[in-house]
Amino acid sequence: MHEEIIMAGFGGQGVIFMGKFLAYLGMRKGNQVTYLPSYGAEVRGGTANCTVIISSEEIASPLSSCPYTAIVMNKPSLDKFEPRIKKDGLLILNSSLINRDPDRDDLKIIKVPATEIAMNLGNSRVANMVALGAYIIQKKVVPLKTVLDHLQDVLPKRAHHLLEINKEALREGAKIK
Amino acid sequence: MSKKVLMCGNEAIGEAAIQANCRYYFGYPITPQNELTAYMAGRLPEVGGVFLQSESEIAAINMVYGAAAAGMRAMTSSSSPGISLKQEGISYLAGAELPAVIINIMRGGPGLGNIAPAQADYFQATRGGGHGDYRTIVLAPSKVQEMMDLTRLAFDLADKYRNPVILLGDGLLGQMMEPVEFKVESLKLKGKGKKTSTNKKPWALTGAKGRPRNLLRSLYLGTLEQHNQHLQEKYKKISRKEVRYEAISLKDAEIVLIAYGTSARISKAALAKARKEGLKVGMLRPITLWPFPSDIVAGIAGRAKALLTVEMSAGQMVEDVKLAGEGKCPVHFYGRMGGGVPTAEEILAEIRKI
Repeated sequence: MHEEIIMAGFGGQGVIFMGKFLAYLGMRKGNQVTYLPSYGAEVRGGTANCTVIISSEEIASPLSSCPYTAIVMNKPSLDKFEPRIKKDGLLILNSSLINRDPDRDDLKIIKVPATEIAMNLGNSRVANMVALGAYIIQKKVVPLKTVLDHLQDVLPKRAHHLLEINKEALREGAKIK
Repeated sequence: MSKKVLMCGNEAIGEAAIQANCRYYFGYPITPQNELTAYMAGRLPEVGGVFLQSESEIAAINMVYGAAAAGMRAMTSSSSPGISLKQEGISYLAGAELPAVIINIMRGGPGLGNIAPAQADYFQATRGGGHGDYRTIVLAPSKVQEMMDLTRLAFDLADKYRNPVILLGDGLLGQMMEPVEFKVESLKLKGKGKKTSTNKKPWALTGAKGRPRNLLRSLYLGTLEQHNQHLQEKYKKISRKEVRYEAISLKDAEIVLIAYGTSARISKAALAKARKEGLKVGMLRPITLWPFPSDIVAGIAGRAKALLTVEMSAGQMVEDVKLAGEGKCPVHFYGRMGGGVPTAEEILAEIRKI
């Protein structure tokens, strides 16, 4: 098993949390994992991204020049990462904020109105969990139940009152095929 | 109970220092090592230690000098430009033979450079860095677990040889998260722990009541040559005893990659790709940059067709490789500078060229 994924969006859209959570889930399942964030001045520029690698083998490089999957939460991220995805890879995009179709025709594309679904649930900030739910169903890195069960391990205690809405967002995302 | 925890490299160093009984940290913030400073700020008060954000890097290293002189395990950390500022203090620590751990999470240079990962401080770390004939032990981790293990080792080696030890990481290793395994009880460690080192330090300045007074200094008017001879003897001993490295697929290797830290990880990915193409490639990863595994490189140079050194610099460690290889086989170099990180494909292309 080997998966390389890039997640990208505006600062505040929760892509860093999404990446750490996925890495944690991969570790819990007994895989090797690496998580590499963009940091410092790069983040201050307004966009954030991170790379997660999950593998049953030892992971040599934590960098991915050609990710198998990209989850893009805004248009600048689509512009930046679409050309880099591996041939026949997976692209999950936040269609609430991205008003163009991808250029590539070899990719499997899942359009997720993540921000819209999150707002309907009452908090636009759980859009990341909607997108992660959609990803989990596609790649089945871990079962949805495991994701729901372990959310409380990584969500900071101060945000535990938001546990339910985050879980609801994951479930809603998982319905999108 | 031992448990896997997902941590970034900077945090792993911090936790390892706490476990190694380091109770004094002095530092000044700089990216990409801030998670370490933040970790120590959070943890040290919980275990009865001292965290101090100094007014400058120079102040921090001299505070380390003070704590070390009192026999305590002390640490400072910074990134490249801040480490340059600490060089005078490191020279004094070496001269006065004080144990201390200095963390350098390297970024691009020269000058203020940028905040991207780099390996351009190899010369500075392995040649002494400050003034005078001295050496620091230099440890180079290449994964988060190793950042933890080598930090613990750094404190032990510093005490054993009464010498500063530098842990040389880079921005990528500091920022990336990987599972690390350690006894989780240490995370719950609270209250006033032992502040002193577990090792006895009869030379420390602990108050001279009832015993002859100790003197720690780097000023030797009249006897400096003898002091230097003593230091060189010590460095020779370290060179004999403390060389550490990882050897990968060397047995049938015709081309041997030599790389440390982040470059070594990426080289390892290139090695796997090359082997799939049927190319007989091996790798040597120095874990101690000083002492450098010269004898091992010499042995490899006698057997291999060519060596390829990969660094995130204009070519610094490659000089040690050439010195050790003594011209027994060609030494090639591939490097990226100023925060550039090589890809496995780039390294593979270099291998194919040989």
